[in-house]
Amino acid sequence: MNEFFRQVLFLPEQASTFARDVDHLHYVILSTAMFMATLIFGVAGLFLIRYRRRSESQATRRVQTSLFWEVLFVGSPLSVFLAWFFIGYHDFVWMQTPPPEAMDVYVVAKQWMWKFTYPEGPNSIGVLRVPVGRPVRLLLTSRDVIHSFYVPAFRVKQDALPGAYTQTWFEVTRPGRYRVMCAEYCGLKHSEMWAEVVALSPEDYAAWLREQSGGPVALRDATPGAPEREEPLVPARLAMEYSAEAPHGELMTAERGTLAERGERVAAEKGCLRCHTVDGTQHIGPTWWGLYRREERLEGGGTVVADEAYLTESMMKPQEKQVEGYAPVMPSYQGQLEAAEVAALIEYIRTLRGARRDGIGTGGPVYEPIDGR
Amino acid sequence: MNPSTAGSLAEPDYLNHETTVRSWLLTRDHKRIGVMFLVLVLFALLLGGVFAMLLRIELLTPGPTIMGPMTYNRVFTLHGVTMVWLFMIPAIPSAFGNFVLPLMLGAKEVAFPRLNLASVYIYAAGAALTLFGMVWSGADTGWTFYTPYSTTSPTAVTPILLGVFIIGFSTIITGLNFITTTHTLRAPGMHWSRIPLFVWAIYGTSVIQVVATPVLAMVLVLVALERVAGVGIFDPSRGGDPVLFQHMFWFYSHPAVYIMVLPAMGVITEVVCAFSRKNIFGYRMIAASTFGIAFVGFFSWGHHMFVSGQSTFGSGIFGVLSMLVAIFTAIKIFNWVATMYGGAIDLKVPLLYVLGFIFLLTFGGMTGVAVATTSLDVHWHDTYFIVAHFHYIMVGSVLMAFLAALHYWWPKMFGRLFPERWAFVAACTIIFGFIVTFLPQFLLGNMGMPRRYYQYPSEMQWLNVLSTAGASLLAFGFGLIGIYLLWSLRYGKESPANPWGSRGYEWFSASPPGPHNFREPPRFEREVHDYTVSEAPHVY
Ligand code: HEM
Ligand SMILES: [Cu+2]
Repeated sequence: MNEFFRQVLFLPEQASTFARDVDHLHYVILSTAMFMATLIFGVAGLFLIRYRRRSESQATRRVQTSLFWEVLFVGSPLSVFLAWFFIGYHDFVWMQTPPPEAMDVYVVAKQWMWKFTYPEGPNSIGVLRVPVGRPVRLLLTSRDVIHSFYVPAFRVKQDALPGAYTQTWFEVTRPGRYRVMCAEYCGLKHSEMWAEVVALSPEDYAAWLREQSGGPVALRDATPGAPEREEPLVPARLAMEYSAEAPHGELMTAERGTLAERGERVAAEKGCLRCHTVDGTQHIGPTWWGLYRREERLEGGGTVVADEAYLTESMMKPQEKQVEGYAPVMPSYQGQLEAAEVAALIEYIRTLRGARRDGIGTGGPVYEPIDGR
Repeated sequence: MNPSTAGSLAEPDYLNHETTVRSWLLTRDHKRIGVMFLVLVLFALLLGGVFAMLLRIELLTPGPTIMGPMTYNRVFTLHGVTMVWLFMIPAIPSAFGNFVLPLMLGAKEVAFPRLNLASVYIYAAGAALTLFGMVWSGADTGWTFYTPYSTTSPTAVTPILLGVFIIGFSTIITGLNFITTTHTLRAPGMHWSRIPLFVWAIYGTSVIQVVATPVLAMVLVLVALERVAGVGIFDPSRGGDPVLFQHMFWFYSHPAVYIMVLPAMGVITEVVCAFSRKNIFGYRMIAASTFGIAFVGFFSWGHHMFVSGQSTFGSGIFGVLSMLVAIFTAIKIFNWVATMYGGAIDLKVPLLYVLGFIFLLTFGGMTGVAVATTSLDVHWHDTYFIVAHFHYIMVGSVLMAFLAALHYWWPKMFGRLFPERWAFVAACTIIFGFIVTFLPQFLLGNMGMPRRYYQYPSEMQWLNVLSTAGASLLAFGFGLIGIYLLWSLRYGKESPANPWGSRGYEWFSASPPGPHNFREPPRFEREVHDYTVSEAPHVY
């Protein structure tokens, strides 16, 4: 049944945990809707024949409603609509709430390419490798205009905004290659802004990750037959030949060290560490030690949880949510930090917690679950 | 010919009592202003239609077909801007509203005739500025002007923004005029419960226009300021918030879809009654749902932003409120169908368009319910499914109602009948063409084709070809209409005062009406569309 409806409605394969549930609701709503539309139209057609005009001077009688019919005709569709809504909203909340055990990947969109950065170090353009059967949380941002990360096979979409982080997540159910497209109009090559998700079995993924880490500064993407071009991914230039099977991955560069290590370097270079400490001592600014997911009290009342969005905002508009007890002296880093640098900083801040105060750089990244447990 | 019209034949009508160019350009007659608007919006429709065909031809093949990506991006922007702001928003209120609203109220004029004339020129100036922007370099932002793309795009976005801004004033003035007219200029005997439902629809629309258009004006000016003066309001690299624009934009533009659809619904109500020979079923429900839509329509804008990073809770609220809008629309659909019950139905061309309208609106409305279901919209947002949804509901209904109105009131406006047979053929072509054009787009959206795509994966080709074929049928149908309507102006049979035997109040005037609408003040003694008596209305 599922397969039948999926094909009739031209839906792509169902490769994530959401896809099936979303599709089931889709079938119910569309078939009910079409049935109702046909019914209404059928009744209209019936009246058309039954009550056709017989003479030019024909008079008609007045017809008026009784309250009963009105309530019935308004109430029943409304309750159906609301029922659909609540089922859908239930799924939506699920889709909007990444599970704590999810692995993270930073996604930076840019006219007209997608760049993926893993906390473990490697980053790539145009190819997102993920393990099957493990939730993956994407932290998205953009370097220029709004883009939208869209994987039809996963029924997942999320806008990538400049100057802010948004998130989405998915769990792939079977290995394969899935098309990623940009769904928010972003200029000249909007329709060429494609990438792919390569879902690997957990073992293959682990092997790939191992191969990438500790590697040289720039590594050719492991995709067999990946094109040799240096420029960003432009698969759709050959739109006519595009197929999900043909690999179109691009350069994979592993900069030295993990993302957190890069974040540490950025923090030093940009002068963050002149005011913020990383070991718990308070200085001119709040310490970064244990900052991630901490509840901060704000000047002027209220609190805020220091999540990715707040950390980004604090870099861009430090005065907006001023932490209690600190002078408003931090300059804005708007325009001074690249999206990738922000990602690195956030990753660095996230590692600054737990028991090991000196763990960074020796034992690799300390992965922290997102709910802060 | 029936005796009541015989007397009016020799009298001058609004078309021929003065014929100089000057008398047209400086007229304060709402009927002439309506005709001027009609000509202007038809021109906009033609222009938007040409752009649409270019787009569809480009999409015949997955890769480049007849133009480059930059041209394509400009063409879809111009198509959207022209259709939405130059055609769909003003079409029914400014052209037909101006023409028939005072007639329906039994008034000699609108409340502010000079302002009314000004609104034509303001519209024309705004349209000219927009066209200038198009010719100069053409924006490539889409009609939604999303920031920060629109604030950084190198194309001529500014003149187009200002053009739309200026058109907004025309809309506001027209709205104010209609509200005042309805309040102050009703003929004796017309209390609030006798006001024709078309007037109620225009009245509700006017309220939205007056309340919401200033928000659009504001946001357009802010974008223009950001482009010209570098003020950082929406661009994050200057400290702005890109999503703020979307909130402000949709706060206007979501109600704007009702600015387009409510007048269309008003037309449909009139036409259903006239051709079913029935009083409207549920007068109060229809009037009330008009205001229900107008009100709730203001609180559902966030359903355009389910994946923009807004809070999950917010999305939920916007989703529920969207369902309420849907139910008001459903009420109207039920009522139109119920009106046909027990009637004496004559399937003439305007009624054919009504059937097309009901089909498209039901289908489009149901897909609206589907997209308001948050989890499904994640997949559909910004794909061709949405393109199909809003073309069905917005374009389908405005276009169907516009054509219904054009045919229904054509004899009233010009005193001529159009050739029924040709019109029937054209109507069938258009309705069928419309369905063939947009039905495949729902499926394309399901497959995952994002909107505003110049190139697409090759497995999506055949649906695109089908869609283009439908568009060609549509274009053919419009060509046909253009030809026979122009023909009828000259060679068409002269129309009796009330060719449809309608009991609508506007038919109490001669066709075409005299320069002052009525020879003596009309009295509306029975309810509008009262068909319990068989004689046609007295012509005042
Ligand atoms: C009266 C008729 C309606 C009109 C004229 C209309 C028009 C539109 C338009 C123009 C858009 C697309 C805007 C854009 O993205 O550029 C749209 C999207 C949408 N409509 Fe409607 N609509 C109508 C009725 C409804 C109803 C009844 C519902 C819900 C119950 C609904 C739900 C939606 C949703 C959720 C979207 C956003 C989808 C997305 O962008 O992902 N619409 N509509
Ligand atoms: Cu993009």
